[in-house]
Amino acid sequence: MKKVELVQISKSYNHHTNVLENINVSIEPGEFFVLVGPSGCGKSTLLRMIAGLEDISQGKLFIGGHHANLLRPSQRGISFVFQNYALYPHLTVAENIVFGLQAQKVPKNERNKRCIEVADMLGLIPFLKRKPRELSGGQRQRVALARSIVSQAPICLMDEPLSNLDAKLRSHMRSEIKQIQRRLGLTMIYVTHDQVEAMTMGDRIMVLNEGKIQQIGDPLQIYNHPANAFVAQFIGSPPMNLIPATFNKQKQTIQIEYHHEILVPLHDVRNISNEDIIVGIRPEDIHLARNEPIHFQIEVVNVEVLGTETIISFKIKDQQWSMKWNGQWRIAIGDRIPISLDYQVLSIFDSKTGTALKNAKADTHYKINEVNL
Amino acid sequence: MKVVVDEEHKGQIPATINKLSFLSRTLNNRTALLYLLPSIVLFSVFVFYPMFKTVYLSFFLTDLQGRPAEFVGLENFQYLIQSESFHKSIKATLLFVLYTVPISIVTALFLAIIANEKLKGIGVFRTLFSSTMGMSVAASSVIWLFLFHPSIGAINRLLSIFNIQAIEWLVDPSWALISISITTIWMNTGFTFLILLGGLQNIDENLYESASIDGASFWYKMRRITIPMLSPTLFFIITITLINAFQTFGQVDILTKGGPAESTNLIVYSIYREAFINYQFGTASAQAIVLFFFILIVTILQFKFGEKRVFYQ
Amino acid sequence: MINKWVVYPLLMICSICLIFPICYAFFISLMDGGEILQGQILPKSVTYQNYIDAFKSVPLLQYLWNSFIVSTSVTIGMLVVSSLAAFTFVFIPFHGRNVVFFIFISTMMIPWEATMIPNFLTIQKLGWINSYEGLTIPFFALAFGTFLLRQHFKIIPLELYEASQVAGLSQFKFFYKIVLPVSKTSLVTLGAYGFLTTWNMYLWPLLVTSNDSVRTVQIGIKQLQTQEIATEWGVVMAGVIIVIIPALLLLFLGQKQLQKGLTQGSIK
Repeated sequence: MKKVELVQISKSYNHHTNVLENINVSIEPGEFFVLVGPSGCGKSTLLRMIAGLEDISQGKLFIGGHHANLLRPSQRGISFVFQNYALYPHLTVAENIVFGLQAQKVPKNERNKRCIEVADMLGLIPFLKRKPRELSGGQRQRVALARSIVSQAPICLMDEPLSNLDAKLRSHMRSEIKQIQRRLGLTMIYVTHDQVEAMTMGDRIMVLNEGKIQQIGDPLQIYNHPANAFVAQFIGSPPMNLIPATFNKQKQTIQIEYHHEILVPLHDVRNISNEDIIVGIRPEDIHLARNEPIHFQIEVVNVEVLGTETIISFKIKDQQWSMKWNGQWRIAIGDRIPISLDYQVLSIFDSKTGTALKNAKADTHYKINEVNL
Repeated sequence: MKVVVDEEHKGQIPATINKLSFLSRTLNNRTALLYLLPSIVLFSVFVFYPMFKTVYLSFFLTDLQGRPAEFVGLENFQYLIQSESFHKSIKATLLFVLYTVPISIVTALFLAIIANEKLKGIGVFRTLFSSTMGMSVAASSVIWLFLFHPSIGAINRLLSIFNIQAIEWLVDPSWALISISITTIWMNTGFTFLILLGGLQNIDENLYESASIDGASFWYKMRRITIPMLSPTLFFIITITLINAFQTFGQVDILTKGGPAESTNLIVYSIYREAFINYQFGTASAQAIVLFFFILIVTILQFKFGEKRVFYQ
Repeated sequence: MINKWVVYPLLMICSICLIFPICYAFFISLMDGGEILQGQILPKSVTYQNYIDAFKSVPLLQYLWNSFIVSTSVTIGMLVVSSLAAFTFVFIPFHGRNVVFFIFISTMMIPWEATMIPNFLTIQKLGWINSYEGLTIPFFALAFGTFLLRQHFKIIPLELYEASQVAGLSQFKFFYKIVLPVSKTSLVTLGAYGFLTTWNMYLWPLLVTSNDSVRTVQIGIKQLQTQEIATEWGVVMAGVIIVIIPALLLLFLGQKQLQKGLTQGSIK
């Protein structure tokens, strides 16, 4: 178990623009830490800098308390799982698994023992004699995993390891990787663009965009208290609905459309200083207006029936919004439905910086349940 | 979100641009140099140095050991411009290129197209068609020397069946260059065929199937699919064949020795004779420079005009 | 695509035309002098005397052995030198990589014949006339070979390199444990190509050999032909057949591979 610390790390390829800027984070021993962000946000670069596959332009990297900027990848006590697995095509599965051990001159007996152990753990025993091209995608993924585990490196780095698998296998591997990480007590740094993977696997998540940290926190913190509009929209599926609105200080109301106003409670008024704001609301927070005041009369443009829930899309101004209702609903495209927006569940962001001015009151709507026996 | 930075590390932070040691920063450069060293040494000794030396020698008259004896400036070149023998050599070379390159390519393309059909036993034909690639210049030339033999050679025997008078293939100045060209075309076929067949096989089968559904004829498919899709390969093989034609030597040496009346004195043979039979290294080098420019022009023309018409995927 | 009743006859006719010279040489090599002078095409009776005479009149075995040594050395030397260079261009980022690569490629534009005079003088100065060194070393560095292997090495995912770095492999170990085995087929292609061209080389051996000690078989044929031309065509053809057999065998065995490897390297 080793700690990984990044202190004011930046990366620049041309000395002018930084692809990563001022990254500060401390990853605890045994933690499952996820780097998530859209493609091109710098998450893979950051991971590769930790691995030593890219130079660090500025700042310091500490692994297990030691300054590691100049260490070669093999000296950092890490293992790395690549997106395309990087299996050696001319070697068998067994040879692939022990390849790194051979390079480190681990004795042959020990090598075989560890290979069998790991292959057993991952169900690879029947395939040990095969070449990578004779394996399915899922099996190749397991070999890559085995190669990483067998090294017994305390820190494991993974770069989108599941993105080449089909959806079903992916969800299975998510839980398997998580279990292995727990069992072996690995410090895991995991890169993905998939917010579902981030939410389901991470102990903590770092959201990156355009080379800058947007937010670091555990999954619920990030979901319930997004630091800005980017995080709010990036995490969650379907994403949070956002719309520009104006805040009227005199009337203490938020005006979304011409004649729809939402009253802002007094204690929040002083938190909101701008006139131009962005209002956000999660799809599951939009309700059918029964007794509440009707805020919008919407026209349904699409309905997705998922069995346990129903996702209904509609247009507000020029934007497509969606709402997620529990259970099964018989709704047709073109139906007109009255909905209400409760002030409590609105998130409000500064329209210029995107910074959150107010988060939805999580505890009022989502109670975080606990099992007490 | 706030990030807690350990106190002990805080002191080390100030704008750290990593100072790698000189040795580790230049590690890649040194490894690269080490690995490239054999190539660099060999290229320097056997390509770049002799290229400059050739230029240098072309300004001199040399003694029998090839040592530059007297600086003559551009006189060697002036001599070449006035030399009737050199004019003949250039004319023969250009004619030879004209005879061999188009026919080689068209023949090989034809063979490649018929050998690209998926038929039983096609592998045998492909192997036979590529067989001349394994034939050396010396072996091929000796065989053709006999084929061209005026009285007992197979070609004249064949002609005699049709009551055509025997031709003095290698002795008649109006036939000698053609004879050399025939030999060369035959020798070129194997390699050219192999490359073009490879190019044809790289064309996606679906294109033909889709064209067939549209009711395209054989020639239409040839014009609209095969030739455009094959153009990168054609481009490559035309360049290679052209350059090879300029470098022809062995056929001339064995079949005609540049004769009769210098009608087959191709430029490389001319250089060889000037240098290693007449020991005129200076004028030979001047001719070598001319050869270099010929090939340079071919390459540049190919890149300039070839590239535009070539269809790249 | 074309009617097969058109294609088969075409294929037959073309094959006969193409390989007729080779078959003809073979038939002649089996005839005795009288038959040859009559201008026969097919031998009436078969004699092997020409083959025995061919070995007697010039040291053909010695020439074959020399050619084998020279071709094998050039093949190995060229593979080592080109693969090291190609590896460097693909996997080691160094300053001026593109410039150096361009210089390498530009050597392809310099016709070998344009530089042969100084090269001959160099070999003479090094005392390499009539030696294996003189016949082989100038051909170890081949821009085409470097270019071809570079194309193939580029297909190897960079991730393999990075994975081996994480595993702690040195660059050289990565080269010979991963890159070379993975590119086995392209190395075989280039090797066969190198062997063939060296086996068939004519002008350079003509220049740098003046006695039998290292003379290659191609010059042997020319020698045989000048010695025997007046009378013994059968012997000359027997020599020709002996010389072309190794090259043709190699070609037939590796035809498919050669075609694939060369086209890939040339156009991609």
